Amino acid sequence: MKKKSGISKIMEAKGAGTVLTAFIGLIIIYIAFGLLNPKVFTLLNIQNLLRSMAKYLLIGIGQSFVMITGNIDLSIGSIVGMSAMVSATMMTKGINPVAAVLLTILISMVFGIVNGYLVGKFKLPPFIATLGTMFIARGVAYIVNNNRNTDNIASGIGKEAGDTFQNIFYYGKTLGIFNTFWIALIIFLIFWFFLAKTRSGRHIYAIGSNVDAARLSGVDVIKTTTKAYLVSAFCSSVVGFILCAQAGMGNMDAGNMYEMYGVAAGVIGGVSPLGGTGILLGTFAGAGIWQTLENGLNLIHAQVGLQRIIIGVIVVGAVLLDVVIRNGNGSIKRKKK
Amino acid sequence: MGDVIVSMEHITKEFPGVKALDDVKFNLRAGEVMALLGENGAGKSTLMKILSGVYSLDQGSLKIFGREYPSLTPNTARDAGVAIIHQELNMCKDLTVAQNMFLGREIRKGVVLDNSAMEEIASKYLGELGADIRPDESVGDLPVSKQQMIEIAKALSVNAKILIMDEPTSALTSREIEELFEIIRKLKKQGCGIVYISHRLEELSHITDRVTIMRDGHYITEGNFTDFTMDEIIAHMVGREIKEKFPRVECKKGKKVFEVKNLNAGRLVRDINFSLYEGEIVGFAGLMGAGRTETTRAIFGIDPKESGQIFLDGKEIKINSPTDAIRAGVVLAPEDRKKDGLCTKLSIRQNIALPNLDIICGKGGVINSKKEDELCEKAVEDLTIKTPNLEVDAATLSGGNQQKVVVGKWLARKSRVVIFDEPTRGIDVGAKVEIYQLMNQLKKQGIAVMFVSSEMPEVMGIADRIIVMCDGKITGEVSAKETTQNEIMKYATSFENKISTQGQNSKEEQS
Repeated sequence: MKKKSGISKIMEAKGAGTVLTAFIGLIIIYIAFGLLNPKVFTLLNIQNLLRSMAKYLLIGIGQSFVMITGNIDLSIGSIVGMSAMVSATMMTKGINPVAAVLLTILISMVFGIVNGYLVGKFKLPPFIATLGTMFIARGVAYIVNNNRNTDNIASGIGKEAGDTFQNIFYYGKTLGIFNTFWIALIIFLIFWFFLAKTRSGRHIYAIGSNVDAARLSGVDVIKTTTKAYLVSAFCSSVVGFILCAQAGMGNMDAGNMYEMYGVAAGVIGGVSPLGGTGILLGTFAGAGIWQTLENGLNLIHAQVGLQRIIIGVIVVGAVLLDVVIRNGNGSIKRKKK
Repeated sequence: MGDVIVSMEHITKEFPGVKALDDVKFNLRAGEVMALLGENGAGKSTLMKILSGVYSLDQGSLKIFGREYPSLTPNTARDAGVAIIHQELNMCKDLTVAQNMFLGREIRKGVVLDNSAMEEIASKYLGELGADIRPDESVGDLPVSKQQMIEIAKALSVNAKILIMDEPTSALTSREIEELFEIIRKLKKQGCGIVYISHRLEELSHITDRVTIMRDGHYITEGNFTDFTMDEIIAHMVGREIKEKFPRVECKKGKKVFEVKNLNAGRLVRDINFSLYEGEIVGFAGLMGAGRTETTRAIFGIDPKESGQIFLDGKEIKINSPTDAIRAGVVLAPEDRKKDGLCTKLSIRQNIALPNLDIICGKGGVINSKKEDELCEKAVEDLTIKTPNLEVDAATLSGGNQQKVVVGKWLARKSRVVIFDEPTRGIDVGAKVEIYQLMNQLKKQGIAVMFVSSEMPEVMGIADRIIVMCDGKITGEVSAKETTQNEIMKYATSFENKISTQGQNSKEEQS
């Protein structure tokens, strides 16, 4: 009996229970939609599903890092837009795509550092600090090409280079699956390792769990907070490239609301917005659920409004379920004593 | 002399594992100041919480104004006329004086707040106290002394006749104390009974009529204040036999390891000088709020230092953050486990590993799980932390085991100085002994140990040398073997005499 409670405690401590629930939920949702419309099960649909999911996965990874430190990053969506616009503008001006991508990542990272310092060093409420950078990044997205969407990137770097860029980030396939997914998967694996296996990752959990205790244990709170915001800025800029490649041009409003999609992906997967708990595998499941819902609801021709309502219910429901399960466990334990 | 307005008989209160009050009696008459005295943990606060309805009593009888109250809630206590003036003032700093005074019982006209009526009543009561406070000022802008007056005015405005004041003078200047005492005298004349809890024995002579002394949850004695000498009061407060056995080990005192010179950091760390040597445990005794925790925080680099030098093995070191301290080899097991010691959402493994990641990380900051396992398993084994495995959430452990995790995370490192701040608070006897043995082990290894504790027997039983602090200053240093509890208590209560003889005179005039 004792051993069992030990195991269930592991599940609780690591948030593995919630992750498992999320994956089971993902499978149930997928099969349910498949029964309603068999198209869901086709290879083509699976390929599309994985490609679309990549965006939410990346954005979810970024937001999850910040949420695990107990903060939030509202600037994510704007950084997506800025990244799409800045890289596209550079390419339409004939700048080498590799250089454009690297430069854009650098600019996005500056936003990450600013967020990290505002929250970590100057102790601004993260909601306010990143609200500010959200507006600033969106402003940059507008200004960079004189308040207009860009022309097709091929106009600057040529058709061949333009096609390559679009193939790498969106249209190309490797081993039968779109590159977009592979990119997201590689980034996911890198950051999963970073969060689970490195010193910095451990520090991120520690400041999210108890910032005072972490500081007293020698954790540099400013550096650690900044690292989390850097991860979210980096992931957002990659999503910007994906959107840019998809459209073949920069769109000023790209990434609108993505910061909230990131929160949703994390929360559905068991990442607590209060900090300290959650694992990236959960975010993976969360992003999967999100995309499966969107995909499935489309295929059964549900209205957009209905899609939103269902997604809203799922976000609240996932957290509510978690709370209820946890409280339930607590009362059972007490009774046994 | 007034009628008895509070009468508590045979009060017993048990918390899981401890008998906080055992057959305690207490009475209060109208128009008197009754000082309730005792060491930390004597049960004063518990008793007053019963009187104010915060705790229910397990056994005994409680009469207020002659009426028996078998079960008292905070609301019925307030209706009966009991009010507490809290030590840490409970005020909403952004609200105005009147808003605070009427919080939860706002006067309304229909659904609209009647601000002018509330402000009028507020200024009436403030005026009665002779306090120069406008009811529309925001409380956060006022000094602590004024906030205290607001609390008193609030108590009067709900017609309180029994006022409980817990350490009311600790944050006040001498002039403000004078003013407060003046108000207390006024309240006495109006027939209020005042329970006055304070460690500042010197001040009592200015206002106290009678005293009740408690120790370890027991009633010891009561009587007219003038019938006791200070020494008698102290003897009653600390006069317990030390029954527990402490596992002391003898070591040869070695060379000086650590030295703090002229450390200043805020009101509670003033001009601190001391040294720690190899092979000894130095106890830091004192009452709550003496500045011991603040001193450890300043040394460890959590709170900024105003001035002062720190030497380790003869070399000066700069500590501006906990990271600096840890790197230098100075570590702190903090007082408040939940707030400063543990990441309660993380596992035991993650907690123990946290300050030691520099040791268990390979190149590029990747955690070496094998090393981590070894380090954590060793800590769990050495400290006999009772847990099924390393993945258990730290929050689910018992207090004693949590404390062992807090201590354990520091022992894996080779430190030169280990500071323990109240390491045995709230843990059971068995776990306490284990913590003592751990300190002894460090002592044998030549590590300097600084041991802050409010429990006098344990300081006297474990430490070799005892430094006593009071009100932010070191007021005495004694050898543990030669000292007595009375001596330590005397140092611990040697507050600067804030009040001039003027106070004495006015007291004499009254009596």
